[in-house]
Amino acid sequence: MTDNTSDGPMLAADGTPLKKSLARALRLQKMRALMLIAPLLLFVLFSFIIPIFSMLSRSVENSIVVETLPLTVTELQAWNADSGELPDEPVYAAFVADMVVAIDAKRHTRLGTRLNYEQTGMSSLFRKSGRKIKRMDPEADAPFKEKLIDVDKKWGDVETWRVIKTHSPTITNGYFLNAVDMRRTPEGAQSQPEDKQILVKLFGRTLIMSLIITGSCILLGYPVAWILANLPMRTANVLMILVLLPFWTSLLVRTSAWKVMLQQQGVINEVLVWLGMVADDSRLVMINNQTGTIIAMTHILLPFMILPMYSVMQTIQPTYLRAAKSMGATNWTAFWRVYFPLSIPGIGAGSILVFILAIGYYITPEIVGGTKGVFISNRIAYHISSSLNWGLAAALGTILLVVVLILYWAYDKIVGIDNVKLG
Amino acid sequence: MTASSSNDAFVEFERVQKSYDGETLVVKDLNLTMPRGEFLTMLGPSGSGKTTCLMMLAGFETATHGDIRLGGTSINNIPPHKRGIGMVFQNYALFPHMTIAENLSFPLEVRKIGKSEREEKVKRALDMVEMGAFGGRRPAQLSGGQQQRIALARALVFEPELVLMDEPLGALDKQLREKMQFEITDLAHRLGITTVYVTHDQTEAMTMSDRVAVFDDGRIQQLAPPDTLYEEPENSFVAQFIGENNTLEGVVQEINGEVAVVKLDDGELIDAKPINVGVGDRTRVSIRPERVEYNKDRLKEGTHTIKAEVLEFIYMGDIFRTRLRVAGNDEFVIKTRNAPDQVRHEPGSMIEIGWLPEDCRALDA
Repeated sequence: MTDNTSDGPMLAADGTPLKKSLARALRLQKMRALMLIAPLLLFVLFSFIIPIFSMLSRSVENSIVVETLPLTVTELQAWNADSGELPDEPVYAAFVADMVVAIDAKRHTRLGTRLNYEQTGMSSLFRKSGRKIKRMDPEADAPFKEKLIDVDKKWGDVETWRVIKTHSPTITNGYFLNAVDMRRTPEGAQSQPEDKQILVKLFGRTLIMSLIITGSCILLGYPVAWILANLPMRTANVLMILVLLPFWTSLLVRTSAWKVMLQQQGVINEVLVWLGMVADDSRLVMINNQTGTIIAMTHILLPFMILPMYSVMQTIQPTYLRAAKSMGATNWTAFWRVYFPLSIPGIGAGSILVFILAIGYYITPEIVGGTKGVFISNRIAYHISSSLNWGLAAALGTILLVVVLILYWAYDKIVGIDNVKLG
Repeated sequence: MTASSSNDAFVEFERVQKSYDGETLVVKDLNLTMPRGEFLTMLGPSGSGKTTCLMMLAGFETATHGDIRLGGTSINNIPPHKRGIGMVFQNYALFPHMTIAENLSFPLEVRKIGKSEREEKVKRALDMVEMGAFGGRRPAQLSGGQQQRIALARALVFEPELVLMDEPLGALDKQLREKMQFEITDLAHRLGITTVYVTHDQTEAMTMSDRVAVFDDGRIQQLAPPDTLYEEPENSFVAQFIGENNTLEGVVQEINGEVAVVKLDDGELIDAKPINVGVGDRTRVSIRPERVEYNKDRLKEGTHTIKAEVLEFIYMGDIFRTRLRVAGNDEFVIKTRNAPDQVRHEPGSMIEIGWLPEDCRALDA
């Protein structure tokens, strides 16, 4: 009506552009909302997001070599690693100078540990050499080439220098290559020796076992969810307690209970032997292998499958089935053509939940998995707490995270994430 | 008894009882015979057993006792999918994951009908309900009225002889409901389908049905065409339930053939037609608001009249509605047509009212 509507932006009553005026009016509300979520936001930021990123950054971070041996790294740049000849005296001199400083700060053993991931023997070499280099004077005792080779003949080995040079950059793909059973060499990425190739296999096993666990959860959970959804509310609520009961029991207790059940002298084997179905000398091996992990984890993750299925099935009106039957469909056809398609969002939600939980599961495989039934997460835990190869652990964790995100993306493309109902 | 299942009896309920908990009967001794092509409505308040009867006929509930026959054969032990009965549900029950065409095609697919024939039948059914352009849509994309039509088309697409409808218009607004009432009856009569229609809306029952079965307390209270039901209710439940109705309570004093004299509780005498009462019985007298006469000249000689105080006069456009106090009843209503010479009664004035004895029925108390 007014002339300001005909051209230019819409204006508010006081003449300011309407958009600006609206934004100003909403700003206060937005600020208040932000204030309310701020405590949680900060908590998540400092206790979750920042630690995760600092951990993930370790998978490529590699400044230890250049920090511990700055002069050596500079000198090594001039050396051709492929020449097959040892570096010249300046490199040895720089190395001794660096080591004297590092030994003083007690950093040389850490570097040894780091390089030991790439080449076994490096750790002891650094420790042993450290004790002797400590007594050298970088000014007076030159030249060092012969002396160092005297200290340990590995300093006369081209390979030792090649390892140091290869791993001197501050950003490395070495951990990621290790994570997929490869290693960084001067000639580029190469496969690990046969006997060291375990991680890809472990990733594959983790994926396959998680899929099996998800599948068994669907098979076991679907009928339960169906019964719950079709019972009168009161009965369903009572039965729901049974489904939720495992949630209220410690994870360790449940897993240990499976140990009692499944071991060779355990409840199931004893019963089978007593019934004569299994001979006493050929008791079933159901624990400390993949079977044990699958059984225990299916049990533990089952509620995560049943709950979303149940909440979806509750919304499926019983008249759909009746309508199908009135139109001539048998019970099976009515189920398969009408009920099942309508329950797929529940299956999808349950599957994605169970699968993502399973793929990163740690405690249960650790307890009942033995050596054959462990997951990649157990390997990550090993590198975090035992081998202290945090870089590799971070690389494995990053790969796991990426795999989950890719699967999530694929699921969204195929099923559509808005079809997923979690309750 | 099977001999009685002659050609004119298509659907039969014989002494049917139904109990859910083994303690109370939801349906008590139901007997009903429907000829082919009839549009029958089961009308009643909620909990009267009408939907249970429909579900027993469809096969989703089993009769606790008695026999249900379809075309002469007992269907008690036939599962729902073999009964070949079309059904329209209250919430339509259109499958949300299928398109409209797929929904309609479903009953044909499970009958293993070939693809080309299926497509043709689906198209014909959609055209029948004037929804031909909507085959590719999903149910959620349609309005309530459109969903209703699709539900109807889906129930008819496999050409069943009997169609059951469970309050199919309950979710629609008034205007659409009236339109659909007409469309459903028109379609049912055009196709010659036998229809059992369940509703609690008496207007719907009156306008659509050939016959109405009024349910209450697990029994059919009266089974009759709409006009009979309205004008000649057989008991006070039917009189109360169908249409607007004034009731007065009293005792039957004498019966002279077609006319009974009823002494109301406050001592006044009125005339009524005795239906199921004898002399000395307590009775509930029922009279329709539009049959009450206040103009003495139009009443027959010797008719009893009764004094009434005008409490309220409501102008409703086409009619006037006057609320009176009659024999202690404050809710006594008369309806008069809005005509140029019509009297508008002032609240507070006293008038004298009466009626033809045949318009006033003395029913059970």
